[in-house]
Amino acid sequence: MLKFIAFIAGLLFGLGLLLAGMANPRKVLGFLDLTGAWDPSLALVMVGAIAVAIGPLTWARRQSRSLLGSPMQFPTKREPDRRLVGGSLLFGIGWGIAGVCPGPAVAILLTGHWQAIVFMLAMLGGMLLFTALENRRSR
Amino acid sequence: MTVDWFNFTPWSSLAGGALIGLAASLFAIGNGRIAGISGLIGSLLQRGSEGASEKVLFLLGLLVAPLLWGVFAALPLIEFQSGWLGLILAGVLVGVGTRYGSGCTSGHGVCGISRLSPRSMVATVCFMFSGFMTVFVLRHLLGG
Repeated sequence: MLKFIAFIAGLLFGLGLLLAGMANPRKVLGFLDLTGAWDPSLALVMVGAIAVAIGPLTWARRQSRSLLGSPMQFPTKREPDRRLVGGSLLFGIGWGIAGVCPGPAVAILLTGHWQAIVFMLAMLGGMLLFTALENRRSR
Repeated sequence: MTVDWFNFTPWSSLAGGALIGLAASLFAIGNGRIAGISGLIGSLLQRGSEGASEKVLFLLGLLVAPLLWGVFAALPLIEFQSGWLGLILAGVLVGVGTRYGSGCTSGHGVCGISRLSPRSMVATVCFMFSGFMTVFVLRHLLGG
């Protein structure tokens, strides 16, 4: 059941991204172009998503187990730190260059665009680089 | 600032956002997990990831979403604006940045803000800010 729900949640997430326009890099960049011809649509994606999720997630964060009985895996850290700020700033630069973030990167992988495959490989490379750097640091 | 009314899609974006919120709620309430895509992928790239099958299935659902969509309707436009060099640079920055920053648009922007996490609010302000700045520099200062 856990696996089935996980699959359905992923599917709904992907359909939502497609419907919202988040899967189109041109539209994402139109949103990020504040001083040009600004397309505010993607602000409404966040509004819609948060409006729906705020109740369930606020409830979930107070539980020790999910409805299906698995332990809650929510992050517990709440204070921002330098890694969070630095990492998020870097992510935003990459997002602003291509107009693709990780969710849409997965959702457009099988749509027949070579650019989606190049971006995904580079993103996985970046994530592996992080893991390698972290392993070196902790050694 | 001028608003691009021609490309503004308030209803489909709100509805798509609501669907994303529903998916995140389902994953949180049912599986007890955060629907943060960079976190799911990143943890699967590390050895001994717990709950790997649930994470893989969530990502599989995300991956096949356009195929299901395509059965019923034409896929929405997907228009890339960058060449391969830009895509590689962007991909590496997104990969490294989301791992150091512990999340992306979904994990921080949707789930984190919804559970009122101060870290996620700070992260969202940071990546929005650098995203706006990057487009400003590339489009208006460098004119690329």
